[in-house]
Amino acid sequence: MKVRLLHADRDVDLVSDLPGNAEALEQDLGIDVVLDAMARGDAFLRERAERELLLGLDDPDAIGYRQDVLSDFLTSPKLAHQLYDLAIQGVETRREARLIWLPNESPDSQISKSLRMLVLLVDVLRRLRAIADAEPEHVESVGLTRLFATLRSELEDAYLREVERHLQELEFKQGLLLTAELGSGNRGTNYVLRRLRRGILDRLTPDLPSGSSFVVSKRDEYGMRALGELQARGLAVVANALAQSTDHVLSFFTVLRAELAFYVGCLNLEDELRARGAPVCIAEAHRAATRSLVAEDLYDAALALHLERPIVGSDLDANEKRLLVVTGPNEGGKSTFLRGIGLAQLMLQAGMFVPARSCRASVVSGVFTHFKREEDATMASGKLDEELQRMAEIVHSIRPAGLLLCNESFASTNEAEGSEIAQQVVSALVEEGVCVVYVTHMYDLAASLRRQELATALFLRAERRSDGTRTFRIVRGDPEPTSYGTDSFRRIFGTSPRGIVRAVE
Amino acid sequence: MSEAQPQRLALDEEIREEISFGSILSPIGTPAEIAEQPAFFRDLNLDQIVAAVSRRKPDYALEPYFNAPLESSDEIEYRQEVFRDLERDEIRAAAGQFAERLWRVRAYLGSSQKQQYKLERERWILDAALQYCQGVAGIREALDEHPPGSRGLRGLRDFAARLLDSTEFEKLRTDAEQVADALGRIRYAVRIRGRRVSVGEPGDEADYTQEVERIFDRFRQGGEPDHLAVPADTGSMDSVEAQIAQLVARRYRQEFALLESFCSSHRSLVDPTLARFEREIQFYLAWREHMAELSACGLPFCHPVVATEPKVTHAEGAYDLALAAKLKADDDNVVLNGFSLSGKERVLVVTGPNQGGKTTFARMFGQLHHLGRLGVPVPASEARLFLADRLFTHFERQEDVGALHGKLDDELIRVKEILEDATAQSIVIVNEVFASTTLADAVLLGGEVLERLIEDDCLAVCVTFVDELASLGEETVSMVAEVETDDPSKRTFRIVRRQADGRAYAFAVAAKYGLSYERIRDYLRR
Repeated sequence: MKVRLLHADRDVDLVSDLPGNAEALEQDLGIDVVLDAMARGDAFLRERAERELLLGLDDPDAIGYRQDVLSDFLTSPKLAHQLYDLAIQGVETRREARLIWLPNESPDSQISKSLRMLVLLVDVLRRLRAIADAEPEHVESVGLTRLFATLRSELEDAYLREVERHLQELEFKQGLLLTAELGSGNRGTNYVLRRLRRGILDRLTPDLPSGSSFVVSKRDEYGMRALGELQARGLAVVANALAQSTDHVLSFFTVLRAELAFYVGCLNLEDELRARGAPVCIAEAHRAATRSLVAEDLYDAALALHLERPIVGSDLDANEKRLLVVTGPNEGGKSTFLRGIGLAQLMLQAGMFVPARSCRASVVSGVFTHFKREEDATMASGKLDEELQRMAEIVHSIRPAGLLLCNESFASTNEAEGSEIAQQVVSALVEEGVCVVYVTHMYDLAASLRRQELATALFLRAERRSDGTRTFRIVRGDPEPTSYGTDSFRRIFGTSPRGIVRAVE
Repeated sequence: MSEAQPQRLALDEEIREEISFGSILSPIGTPAEIAEQPAFFRDLNLDQIVAAVSRRKPDYALEPYFNAPLESSDEIEYRQEVFRDLERDEIRAAAGQFAERLWRVRAYLGSSQKQQYKLERERWILDAALQYCQGVAGIREALDEHPPGSRGLRGLRDFAARLLDSTEFEKLRTDAEQVADALGRIRYAVRIRGRRVSVGEPGDEADYTQEVERIFDRFRQGGEPDHLAVPADTGSMDSVEAQIAQLVARRYRQEFALLESFCSSHRSLVDPTLARFEREIQFYLAWREHMAELSACGLPFCHPVVATEPKVTHAEGAYDLALAAKLKADDDNVVLNGFSLSGKERVLVVTGPNQGGKTTFARMFGQLHHLGRLGVPVPASEARLFLADRLFTHFERQEDVGALHGKLDDELIRVKEILEDATAQSIVIVNEVFASTTLADAVLLGGEVLERLIEDDCLAVCVTFVDELASLGEETVSMVAEVETDDPSKRTFRIVRRQADGRAYAFAVAAKYGLSYERIRDYLRR
């Protein structure tokens, strides 16, 4: 029995470490706000949401598989909640029966613990199958269809009754019958447990010739231990089968609960966004090789959850682009735009809906953020070092087809130096197939990247109306020099600085 | 007492005389063993190599064989022949299996002496006899099918054949098989209810384990943690097992009578020559195992010609075996080097940058010459090695730094001893000697030592930072640790034969965070 609601071919991953960049992502992209909305106060839902968001998928088909299951649940949220409640009950049986496997537990004890658990678990399985029997409407996804089919075929009544019959027989009220051969040292070997039937039982015991049996004295401590070991040899495999069955059914419920928790979180988030009038869509995920990114009304989901008023999104057409350079006035929505792209990418690759009216995007091999860190200002001299150190860590982890979001990177040194470092880093990364979105106010950097006339580069600006008001939209537009420096120069020298004039031309 | 006490039995004297085979390690009977490590082991890291190889067969204490170099080309070739045979999978497997069976025979006989219950002791003796018979028959059959080329393994085969053809051995074998067969057919049923244990004949009751596993199969997908709690086997019969065995023995009287009579009529098993083989073959197997791991990384080994005449020594594709074993663990590249001394050439003078592989080269040279004398395949793709009477080394010891004056004195004393003991047949390796003195002193003293080594006419390696020593005369050959032509901070660890050039090797400072355009691209392409 397999759940397979998150992956077509494997269980939820509850053990892998989060990627090394997870902490930076959470800090830079405001993921907390999104997770709170998904969790609605439930720590387990939050943890599950966090893991799926940060451990995203990189195969468009795998993403589609999850999106389909999510679509079913968006159509019928009640089904998700019903299944989730039963999964919780299944997991809770363990506490009810106080099951703890002790190290080196004897087969006897494994059997009696397993029997206690399995009786409870079979009951919850029956109720789960009842949901599958009812054949819920609107279920179209491969994931849910397959799960229901499995429940119907694997847990049919006849089978569950047979299981319950054996659960009784396994109490071994009539003792054990073993067969054996002589092994090394003439000690018994190849012990096989035999099924004791009443007829055989009657035949065997009284008919044994006298002197063919012995009784181990209660006071014979070694003898009693030896007898226990012999029984253990006979029962070990059966006990293992039962203990593993118990584990499996429990882990089935554990997996079911963990996988459903993610979808329940998605339903919660959709609820919250809908209440704020923010649109969501199931995006088209493309292969990394195609490098597409087109979106309508793309917005920052974290900011949307914060705002009391409807959020402003941006339209973006960045197909075939590997370098997006975003310039423009402060407070114009550049960082929000950058975070929006990052969060949307993570949500897409988690198989979630995306915060946009429509969206087509290629998967990336990993999302990395390199944001200016205000709080790191403690070590005045170490600021550039700290930035370089973080970038070096990124360079060691990022792979071709990765996505790097830079927010005012290398602004902690003078512009000439910062832009020289940035150019080296950005050119090398883009040439090796990394996608970089770089938000910067460094005109020197933006302009020199612009001069390279790269077909794969796209230049964007935070929109400002001619009257100076900001729309918080990001639109196409080349970098423009800030006029302050030139102004000052002119004011003092009474003439334009030649270097800057040349650069603009 | 009717119980068997195993003891070693010598073959009939008559048979023994016809068989010349005595040892797989030596054509002249017992191989030499030396308990103490030679003085040069530590300098050459041979101590590490021998420890690593011996560790593979810890029960056999192989170190004394590795401490004892052979005296003649004939003895060396005797072992090389065996190694060549062992390169063939069938022969290696057969030899290994035979040794393992002999080990079991010993272990079983040991068990039989330890145990409390007679029924158990007797069965161990029977099983030891079966292992022994299978072992001797097995090695003969394997070596008949895959005839060995070595004198050693041919001797073993003939020895086994003689033994097998003796009437005594034949009787041992048929008796053992008959008893084992009878006992092997016994099946019985045990019923446990409460504290009562009954023994009877088995009926046709179904295997309940299989049935339970079948029913619960749907609930098990594999990958669940294993709870299998089979009690640890103490290796000895307990009182319940003993009572059961007695009840079984009462039901099957005839079979158990056969066992008893077998044990009283076969009181001894293993021939002493074969008993010794069990340990001796481990020398080969351990070395082969060690080699195999390095061979798998693409490192070469070869069988060198080891001779006293003419006075030449030569190797290609050679490397420091101790270092290679370490690097292999880190998946690093091992650099192969070569050397050659012929005609009037006597001394390799090695110069070049620090950390450039000079000491490694010196160790490699020494290791090759000792290993060559052990008859084992040496770490090189090709070699002809001088069979030296003795090997002397003098390496600078880091821990000695401190008392400079005392250190120079100590060094001179040690060098003097070497010069006194070395003969025209010796090999001397001096590494960074006089490094703590002034350059003028180092030139003077180093030159002096070299001249004396040349006078003694021994073969030598001299690692030094003094370039002047590299061109003393036609007896010296200059070798230099190379660096990359376009980046002098990168060592190649290749030691090449050319004039010392006295070049300065500055370390290029690496970009602090590795964030240059080229480095980033390299990272992404890795």
